[in-house]
Amino acid sequence: MHLFYLPRREAITLAVFALVVLTMPVWLVPFGAAYPGLMQKFAIFAIFAVGYNILFGLTGYLSFGHAAFLGVGSYTAVWSFKLMTMNVIPAMIFAVVVAGLFALVIGFVSLRRSGIYFAILTLAFAQMCYNLAYSVLTPITNGETALQLTMNDPRVLDLMFVEREAGLPSPSLLGQAMTGIEAFYLVAVVLLIAFYVAQKIFVSPFGMMLRAIKSNQTRMHYTGFNTRPYALTAFVISGMYAGLAGALLAATDPLAGAERMQWTASGEVVLMTILGGVGTLIGPIVGAWLIKYFENIFSGFNDAMLHRTFSWLPDGVQDVVVSVASRFVGEGWHLSLGLIFVLVVVFLPGGVMEGVRRIASLFGKRREPGGDGALKTIPAE
Amino acid sequence: MEAILAQLLNGLDKGGAYALIALGLTLVFGTLGVVNFAHGALFMLGAFCAVAFRQFITYETITLDPEKLSPWGTPLEIKTPMAQVWFGDFGAVLVNWSVPISILLAIPVMLVIGIAMERGIIKHFYKRPHMEQILVTFGLAIVLQEVVKAVFGANPIPQPMPAELRGSADVGAMLGLAPGMVTYPIWRLVYFLFSATILAGVFAFLRFTTFGMVVRAGMADRETVGLLGINIDRRFTAMFGLAAVVAGLAGVMYTPLVPPNYHLGMDFLVLSFVVVVVGGMGSLPGAVAAGFLLGILQSFASMNEVKSIIPGIDQIIIYLVAVVILLLRPRGLLGRRGVMET
Amino acid sequence: MTDTPGNVVLHVADVHKRFGGLHALADIDLQVEEGQTHAIIGPNGAGKSTLLNVIIGKLAPTSGAVVFDGNVLTGRKPYEINQLGISRVFQTPEIFTDLSVLHNVMIPALARRDGAYKLNMLRALTKETAIRAEAEAMLEDVGMIASRDMLAGSLSRGDKRRMELAMCLIQHPRLLLLDEPTAGMSRHDTNTTIELLKKIKSRGMTKVIIEHDMHVVFSLADKISVLAQGRIIADGSPDQVRGNPKVQEAYLGGTH
Repeated sequence: MHLFYLPRREAITLAVFALVVLTMPVWLVPFGAAYPGLMQKFAIFAIFAVGYNILFGLTGYLSFGHAAFLGVGSYTAVWSFKLMTMNVIPAMIFAVVVAGLFALVIGFVSLRRSGIYFAILTLAFAQMCYNLAYSVLTPITNGETALQLTMNDPRVLDLMFVEREAGLPSPSLLGQAMTGIEAFYLVAVVLLIAFYVAQKIFVSPFGMMLRAIKSNQTRMHYTGFNTRPYALTAFVISGMYAGLAGALLAATDPLAGAERMQWTASGEVVLMTILGGVGTLIGPIVGAWLIKYFENIFSGFNDAMLHRTFSWLPDGVQDVVVSVASRFVGEGWHLSLGLIFVLVVVFLPGGVMEGVRRIASLFGKRREPGGDGALKTIPAE
Repeated sequence: MEAILAQLLNGLDKGGAYALIALGLTLVFGTLGVVNFAHGALFMLGAFCAVAFRQFITYETITLDPEKLSPWGTPLEIKTPMAQVWFGDFGAVLVNWSVPISILLAIPVMLVIGIAMERGIIKHFYKRPHMEQILVTFGLAIVLQEVVKAVFGANPIPQPMPAELRGSADVGAMLGLAPGMVTYPIWRLVYFLFSATILAGVFAFLRFTTFGMVVRAGMADRETVGLLGINIDRRFTAMFGLAAVVAGLAGVMYTPLVPPNYHLGMDFLVLSFVVVVVGGMGSLPGAVAAGFLLGILQSFASMNEVKSIIPGIDQIIIYLVAVVILLLRPRGLLGRRGVMET
Repeated sequence: MTDTPGNVVLHVADVHKRFGGLHALADIDLQVEEGQTHAIIGPNGAGKSTLLNVIIGKLAPTSGAVVFDGNVLTGRKPYEINQLGISRVFQTPEIFTDLSVLHNVMIPALARRDGAYKLNMLRALTKETAIRAEAEAMLEDVGMIASRDMLAGSLSRGDKRRMELAMCLIQHPRLLLLDEPTAGMSRHDTNTTIELLKKIKSRGMTKVIIEHDMHVVFSLADKISVLAQGRIIADGSPDQVRGNPKVQEAYLGGTH
């Protein structure tokens, strides 16, 4: 029974989080975001960010290459759909395993170095995967046209039980098609499980070791720890989370394209983690939701909408303001993202969670001073 | 034999670009201790200096010729580049040679950008952890890239080389081989010589000037140099400006070879980091040597004979070399022991 | 007076270390006996840090070997050397500044129990009651139990050193290596540290102290080796060393 145990604080967090996630279709309505497609994205990128945080937040190792694992997960899932069955469970399992193997190899090499060298290596590997996906590995990845389902996929396992239907199949879970709100609930459940696993890691001695590595790797060595397998384990776990996210992306939209593996996608997850609050459990999820929410809004903006937003300004000023603002929305969303990135790193490196903590402390809660946003003092247990 | 010589030459121009960018990266890391993920963006900005200059002088005014008629019966439009309007025939020369001439524009622009970056942001991160330096320069790289995309659009904008320098030189004949066997595009030769000149200039500067000596001392032991009361701040700013100019110049002259586009910076940045890793972080000669080495290696890997054995090798050869070096000789070819080792 | 030689725990055997043309260490032969506090002293630049790094495995000697309890230390990684039984204190205390004092001391205990790597993700840390009890007992022992929940980074220099010692002791090392333990400390903190080290000594722990504060050395050491310009110029009990003219000359008037 102690296998499933969580300390009280974490158990409460899990319960609250579960409530928040499962009622998303309700409380997102006033925000205009209660679309199944968007909510699925919220959940999927939350999984990606939580996994990434296990590496970056706990050990401090900054990887710029996790988009590669996302891509690998997607490709594996689509191949599972094509070759075996449209059932999403095997697809998810394969994706996690394959992504984990990739992470094992890439992590093993990259962790020969630390700090900057490590970051550069992960970036290089990601670029390499991306290049290969577009060129040499096109039989597997279908290059620019992206890997898609076709009518003539073998789907060996499926066709042992069922006749081939007309038209393209869609991924399913236990017979239920993966579309709309049902798909969201599947993804939400996966998110909750993933969150729970992350919590277990955080509160375990293993999680403490990871944090100690970030705090003082020298002391870890001289205390008898071989830090490399610890870092590699964290790397592989975060890679598996990324693979899972990739599989879910493919399950909700059976398409796998190489652009998912570009370094900009890696940069995005770094931003989500930092924006939300590196090293906290909830922070990266908050970051992921904020980014995806605003991406949804801002990339949809066009000039007409801008004019409406600023219609209260006098005409000449309005035109100027609109032409400036238009640079930052629509296609310019990435520009805004980059600016937010820089501002967060410069002014609030602990992210939203740090901001929340600072505001809370203004209301008189006494806390031990110092440190970043990570768990500081752990109250007597 | 000829094939080998051809591939050797083929790698020189790309190698030159890698060497220049890696040189700037190493300079900044060695003196300021900052890992600048925005360095590739500086290369890209240099390239767009050339683009901007050319767009400016080729901006066309449209006048109507009252005498001639177009096939549709309307007065013929005469499009005249601004340069020609102002400078007449000389204007045509300007347009033709726009790429090399934009060097004159690039130098001050890159200097200003470099100084602004250093004073504005980088300076505040000297004492902060390496991770945050990486993150903020990474963010800067994205911002710069997106700004360029917003201003110039998402498509590559090809830049022609001067007409006189098109075509190929018969390098083989010059070296005593049979004529016509080994030819090499003139502009790529020009680029190689250009990059070699800049590299030599930077090394001479570091070696023969007082400023250069202080910089080298700072690279060897920054703390002591600071303690000696030398105003290291201003020199840091100047260093960054110099690195920005070098990267920018590398970008300007490269434009006829690769049409500039907004993500040029990141493409080159990753490869340049790999070059620095291979050459040895903190070693200037290492950065240069590795740059040329990897450029030539990549060129050999693009040979059809090689590609038929291992398809796609040209895309990944540089990364593979980096992996091998990191596993066998972690400090790089010429790196100092103990720099960045776990 | 000569004691009957006890069990030799650490033997630095005929070690030389050259950096290019520079002889940093030459003809170093040192034997540390079980239960003894063996101090290595010398003026700045004598080669103390180099010798320490050779002992701890960070530097490979040009010739010679370092043997600990029959195991050759040369070429081993720091974590292997720790697992063999050597714990080390640094000149500037190396501690986990972002973690609480209690966790700082629990971590070395976990290293001792679980080895260099263990994938223990299933159990919550809060359930590790045995380890926590051990850590709390150790904190009591060094007099820091009141600060158990404080952030280690906010401790005073003297307290950081005390905690670091606790982190070493909880591993029950065969050999405790102290690198200038009182460096940069106030007189008060220095005395507190000396008291704590005396307490540890009275339990029979084998210690090697690298120091150049004479006061510390003469209060604690059973045996002193004096290093000057890379060589051992004197080796013996505190009285023997104190009266040795070569030592006095090497220190040029010294601290006492």
